[in-house]
Amino acid sequence: MIIFKKNIETLSKNLSSDEIQGRSLWYDARMRFFKNKAAVTSLFLLLAILFFSFFGPLLAQWSNEEIDWNVLGDIAILGSPSFETGHYFGTDELGRDLYSRVIQGTKISLMVGVVGALIAVFVGTLYGAIAGYFGGKLDNLMMRLVDIFMSIPYMFVLILLLVIFGRSIIMLFIGIGLISWLDMARIVRGQTLSIKQKEFVEAALATGVGNFTIIIRHIIPNLLGVVAVYATLLVPGMILTESFISFLGLGVQEPNTSWGALISEGAGTMSYGTLWQLLFPLFFFVVSLLSFFFIGDGLRDALDPKDR
Amino acid sequence: MFKFILKRLGIAIPTIFILIIISFILMHSAPGGPFTSEKPLPEQVLKNINEKYGLDQPMYIQMYRYVHGIVTSFDFGPSFRYKDRSVNDIIAQGFPVTLKYGSWSFLFAVTIGIALGIIAAIRQNSIFDYLSVGFSISAQVLPNFVMAPILVLIFTLYLGWLPGGGWEGGKTQFVIMPVIALSTSYLASIARLTRSSMLEVLNSNFIRTAQAKGLPKYKIILSHALKPTLLPVISYLGPAFVGMITGSVVIDMFFSTGGIGLHFVNGALNRDYSTIMGITILVGCLTIIFNLFVDILYAWIDPKIRY
Amino acid sequence: MIKIFKVFIALLISAFLSSSVYAKKHPVTGEELAADQTFTYWHGDEHSSHDPQILEDTYGSNIARDLFEGLLSQDADGNLIPGVAESWSANDAKDVYTFNLRENAKWSNGDPVTAHDFVYAWQRAVDPATASPYSWFMDIMSIKNGGAAISGDVPPSELGVKALDDYTFEVALTASLPYFAAMTTHATTFPTHQATIEKYGADWTKPGNMVSNGAYILTEHVINERLVRERNTMYWNNDNTILDKVVVLVIPDENQGLTRYFAGELDQGPVPAGQFKKLKAEYPDQATSFPRLCNYYYTFNLSDSGIAPFQDVRVRKAMAYAIDRNVITEDVLQGGQTPAYTFTPGSTAGFDVPKVAFAKMTQAERDSKAVELMEEAGYGEDNPLSFTMIYNTSESHKKIATVMAQMWKQKLGINATMENTEWKTFLDIRGKQDFEIARGAWCGDYNEASTFLDLLTSPSGYNDGKYSNVAVDQLMTEAKTSSDSSKLYTTVERILAAEMPVIPIYHYAGVFMLNPQLKGWPYDNVEQNWYSRNFYKVAK
Repeated sequence: MIIFKKNIETLSKNLSSDEIQGRSLWYDARMRFFKNKAAVTSLFLLLAILFFSFFGPLLAQWSNEEIDWNVLGDIAILGSPSFETGHYFGTDELGRDLYSRVIQGTKISLMVGVVGALIAVFVGTLYGAIAGYFGGKLDNLMMRLVDIFMSIPYMFVLILLLVIFGRSIIMLFIGIGLISWLDMARIVRGQTLSIKQKEFVEAALATGVGNFTIIIRHIIPNLLGVVAVYATLLVPGMILTESFISFLGLGVQEPNTSWGALISEGAGTMSYGTLWQLLFPLFFFVVSLLSFFFIGDGLRDALDPKDR
Repeated sequence: MFKFILKRLGIAIPTIFILIIISFILMHSAPGGPFTSEKPLPEQVLKNINEKYGLDQPMYIQMYRYVHGIVTSFDFGPSFRYKDRSVNDIIAQGFPVTLKYGSWSFLFAVTIGIALGIIAAIRQNSIFDYLSVGFSISAQVLPNFVMAPILVLIFTLYLGWLPGGGWEGGKTQFVIMPVIALSTSYLASIARLTRSSMLEVLNSNFIRTAQAKGLPKYKIILSHALKPTLLPVISYLGPAFVGMITGSVVIDMFFSTGGIGLHFVNGALNRDYSTIMGITILVGCLTIIFNLFVDILYAWIDPKIRY
Repeated sequence: MIKIFKVFIALLISAFLSSSVYAKKHPVTGEELAADQTFTYWHGDEHSSHDPQILEDTYGSNIARDLFEGLLSQDADGNLIPGVAESWSANDAKDVYTFNLRENAKWSNGDPVTAHDFVYAWQRAVDPATASPYSWFMDIMSIKNGGAAISGDVPPSELGVKALDDYTFEVALTASLPYFAAMTTHATTFPTHQATIEKYGADWTKPGNMVSNGAYILTEHVINERLVRERNTMYWNNDNTILDKVVVLVIPDENQGLTRYFAGELDQGPVPAGQFKKLKAEYPDQATSFPRLCNYYYTFNLSDSGIAPFQDVRVRKAMAYAIDRNVITEDVLQGGQTPAYTFTPGSTAGFDVPKVAFAKMTQAERDSKAVELMEEAGYGEDNPLSFTMIYNTSESHKKIATVMAQMWKQKLGINATMENTEWKTFLDIRGKQDFEIARGAWCGDYNEASTFLDLLTSPSGYNDGKYSNVAVDQLMTEAKTSSDSSKLYTTVERILAAEMPVIPIYHYAGVFMLNPQLKGWPYDNVEQNWYSRNFYKVAK
């Protein structure tokens, strides 16, 4: 006997009108990520730095290459940060405004880091997964190639590239990209070797799923945790590689600059009473890298299938 | 396993040959020979010098002579830059240096890094965890060309405890700062990697089973959790090794240790073909052997991996 | 009793010996000498060789001057003094030189140093088998058959050098060179020990194998780390050598070098660009600066591969005028360098710096003239001049290039793109005329203006800008044999100022930190040929 007919009618109406929204695993992952306070803070910090690099120039009184002849004679005293001279961050050894140079360096370094890491992730993951999954002769061949590439003095390849094709940001990306995917490929291959032995892969094979589909739909998502963490370990590596290259005089050309160049200049003048030349670029460098680390950690926690 | 090792070694030899050929071609394609200098040499003198070093022969002959020299007598030829030294001399003098502080750095980074990572993972969210994560992160973001001068300022100039550089055959006081400067960022990476890997492992089912069975914590960690934890860490060791060789350039520059890192860079900048080739082959062989070792370690730890 | 007496005498004697009354004193000045006579100094990178016939850089030459001794040496003011040769003479035509060697000079293994050693060494320098990078220097010395021997046309034994007897060395020249004797202070002409070289081959320069005739012998050499030389007791003048040991430390990073200098590990250290003023103010007795025989300039590519605007002399002059050299020397470098309006440094012997027109103007006048010239040439705000300037990688070159580019931009609206390449690539590019404007620097091989001005003659292999002026070529050829060459050099400099094929920026100064305990540094020798045997360390 249906007693409360009205309630039941309301209930049926409600049931039919609301489509049941499935909760996808990605949604779960996103929720988990946003619960991670450190990761969210880092995301905001990174966005703030990005914002700073785009809109900071509006506040700048000097360009990044203009020399302030007045401070040139005595940088330690005249070149320190101040609002009156318009040098909010002080000047570098040549009297150029550090504020503008840090902004410009931020843009370039972030670009190098992100693009380099992206290249590494795409190329390296695909390469490593294929090698690890198929195993046997293909794996052997692919990994030997990786060994050879890793043993080639990359600096030399870089010099060569930069000289033959001329120095440009694009060359820098290609050069750094060429070396960055190798490590990722090795690590991904290692992980793939373990993953492909797992039961769900066996199940997929048994049901006749194609190899590439298995790789893309099963293996790679399970790698994402390690890949994410390692990718965020890569970004600082990219930026450091770029600074090493600038150190040798092959990086971004003057008057453009990058964090690496600014930091190594600042480190050199550390004991001469011009600490701001080191601290400002180092601050941005450290904060950005820390943010990448926390975001990487957050991603790993969010995407880890064991937690589901 | 034994067949596996043999097979890999067998492949290693053609790999090294290919490495030699590629490096050779790359080097000779770069503009500038070893004898370009501020006072460009008169034609005739240049001709003499090129003849003496065999640079006027076509590439394949140069390559053949070179490989022949190595295979028959381990002779890497004369250095083009340091005119009274052979490459063998340079490597014989520089390699032990890099080896010494390199291996100490490696040992230091691996043992302390893994220990730190494990403890941080076990005591997740404790003060220790936050401190060690904090430390590893800050150590990773400090480039070694900032750390090296800071170390010298502190330990040599202000405290006067350690010499600012030099090697003098590898006495302890000369090894300390290079090891600190080189190992710190890798120590930090290893610690973080270990920690995140261990956290993953500790959440897996078989660990839960072991806990349910009532095994003491230390036994769980050492007998069950350690091996899977180390897998991604071991994968990282290969790149860490190569990274240390590159990083050693900065160490050599700041601490004047005379290691092969700086010889390498100077060789490239000076187009010292023979030295670059010699060091490349050396580094290549080391990398291949090391990666082989890493692969074996991998297979030992994860019995599911079959070759 | 006697025992007590003996003890008493012993005590008296030892007290006497250990008292400072008996501490070592400098024989001439009477200053009290330090107990540890070791001099440690700085190299920015490893030298290429210290084999006299193979070396090619100043670092190597400095080491060779301590390990070996040539016919002649220089005193603290750069004047010629006897070395192995006690005296020398030339014939009237100045094309045959005879050197009389001292008879007590010895090699470190006891063998006497004879004229045959010099014959061997000079022949070795021109021998194609040695492949000496400095064999061209022997060619410049105009020795008979020098060029022919280098190119392999005649065997080295045909070189115009002869040992008339064990202690007389004669050189025959193909041209009359009044300054020939001065050229024998150069390391390439130092004697080498034939038996040792024949026994060890390329390994003869290693410590333990090496036999040398200078005030010091090589005791330790670790590449990229250090080199140690110690007293050679066989040296004929060893009694007057005070320094026992000289150590070189290789420290590529300048700032690091300065730090280690302050930590007491170096007696002589580098001064990073721009730090001199501050260091001089804080450590006036340690920071040193003095003129040196080198110039620093930018050269236009005047060949066909160069760009059209640089063919216009007004553009070149405008660019040269717009550079404020005082800012560069006083604010950027701060090392006591001198602004340069001529190619040859003023400190060169026998050279009077001519007062060229643009040197006499004030900077403001130069700037307005520059603007005028650019407008005349057709460049300005609506038609800005753009080009690429190249320099080799180095902090100070970068600073100067940046400052120059900014001066050009702010005063003349020029868009100069800076490009730096590492040393080898840079030389290659510049040598092939594959540039628009490039940095250059030249240090004199000998103390006479032709070592600089010859660079800008058409046949010079080092004239990378390919500047060619018939008058300059003629004047320089004349100057080789003329008795009053300074007038000719002045004319050449005036032509250069009028045509401006290169932009002279500054003339070098030797800048370093020196421990005030070390005495004897030859500040007045512009060639900076220094000899450790003239140094000594006083007690603190």
